[in-house]
Amino acid sequence: MSAERRMGRRFFVDLVLGGGVIGSLVSFVYPVLKFVMPPAVAEAMDQSVVAAKVGELAPNSGKIFKFGRRPGLLITTPSGELRAYDGICTHLNCTVQYRTDFGHIWCACHNGHYDTSGKNISGPPPRPLERFTVSIRGDDIVVSRNS
Amino acid sequence: MLASLGQRAFRWLDERLDLQPIQRFAEEKAVPAHRYSWCYFFGGATLFFFMIQVATGILLLLYYKPTAEAAFESVRFIMTEVSFGWLIRSLHSWSANLMVLAALLHMATVFFMRAYRKPRELTWYSGAILLLLAMGFGFSGYLLPWNELAFFATRVGTDMAGKVPVVGRFLLEFLRGGEDVTGATLTRFFGFHVAVLPMMATALVLFHVLAIQRQGMSVPTSQKETSAQNPGMPFFPNYFLRELMGWAIALAILAALSSLFPWELGVEADPFAPAPAGIKPEWYFLFMFQTLKYLPATIAGVEGELVGLFAFGLAGAAWFFVPLLDQRFSRGEPSPWLTIMGVLALIFMATMTLLGYVMP
Repeated sequence: MSAERRMGRRFFVDLVLGGGVIGSLVSFVYPVLKFVMPPAVAEAMDQSVVAAKVGELAPNSGKIFKFGRRPGLLITTPSGELRAYDGICTHLNCTVQYRTDFGHIWCACHNGHYDTSGKNISGPPPRPLERFTVSIRGDDIVVSRNS
Repeated sequence: MLASLGQRAFRWLDERLDLQPIQRFAEEKAVPAHRYSWCYFFGGATLFFFMIQVATGILLLLYYKPTAEAAFESVRFIMTEVSFGWLIRSLHSWSANLMVLAALLHMATVFFMRAYRKPRELTWYSGAILLLLAMGFGFSGYLLPWNELAFFATRVGTDMAGKVPVVGRFLLEFLRGGEDVTGATLTRFFGFHVAVLPMMATALVLFHVLAIQRQGMSVPTSQKETSAQNPGMPFFPNYFLRELMGWAIALAILAALSSLFPWELGVEADPFAPAPAGIKPEWYFLFMFQTLKYLPATIAGVEGELVGLFAFGLAGAAWFFVPLLDQRFSRGEPSPWLTIMGVLALIFMATMTLLGYVMP
């Protein structure tokens, strides 16, 4: 048997064994990787929710409401206008609040400030808060996503 | 009588397992004696607090319930209803903090004495990973009582992981068990805290301690001459008894802190409440937290916190790979610029930590 032919056989055996080992490893690791990632939950994406009752908020105050699974922030500006924003700070994911003493929106985690139009005005937040549409339906203040 | 019983037991084991090499090693083991010998104490203290963590952690497992609905209540139950529950939980929390403190002091002395130089690079790397694991223990354990502070600390911390380029999204969902911090996150963190991290830490501690036995204690360059003239202190019984004395002091500090300042329970987490004013992470994350507060929204067109996190990542990598950066080690020369960098880093961390406490 020629040396070349022996090499051919050796190569074939290496390929089959090596390929088998690698294939087995992949078949062990892949399900584990898929397992640790949570399955996507079908989210009932509410496009609008009742955030509060009319008259519930005094001017210059705010309230956190549930918008699906996320917190939203409904505020009444000092001039009495109703506005609603995504309640999660654009910096590092904390929940913001309305500070009556500042007269604007504030995040406690890293001292981020937003004005009453949701614009980031001081501190580390990189972007404005997402703004939602506010409408009044009878007694309810309804907040909906702009789409 | 008792001594002869011990001797007979040793002989019985020795005949089967050949223990004499270990016995000879223990008899000959010595600790170098020089003016910085006291630095050797911090590693042992870290190990002591780690053992306290294992013991108290197992006890807490008897009552703790890792779900969003039951976690806070089960910790309240431990602290108010279970006999000595307040003590066990306080010991666990205080010892965790003291363990991180002891590890940091240990690491600082190793750094400044250049003990990471050849042949001890692997000991340094294993120690560096152990410190990261300790922070992982701290971060995951912090969430387990499911209180307000922990909830937002976890939101912020996992969001930072989400900023890592390319794999960020994967990391974030892997850590949180979904898009947001929920009960799924708590269950995961519990698994990391009581199974994954302990397994890794135990294996690494064994490697770390075995490497030290194999190589002996490092002697700083400046003390080589003094140390060479001195045979050192025998480990058994002289150094061992001193070490025990040190552990007794560590235990006294721990017991005093745990009983005089029991760890707080806090307010139960509410995902629909704003982050409370005055929120802060644990002290060993405080310098990063405070730095992030001072960074502007954008630096040279890039989001400020990304620049900050990148800088911390770079500094962390430099710290981890310091045996590679310290090129003078092969010549046995001092490397003063590394000392200066180390001192500057310590001053920066100390200043930011202090600001984190005094600034509103």
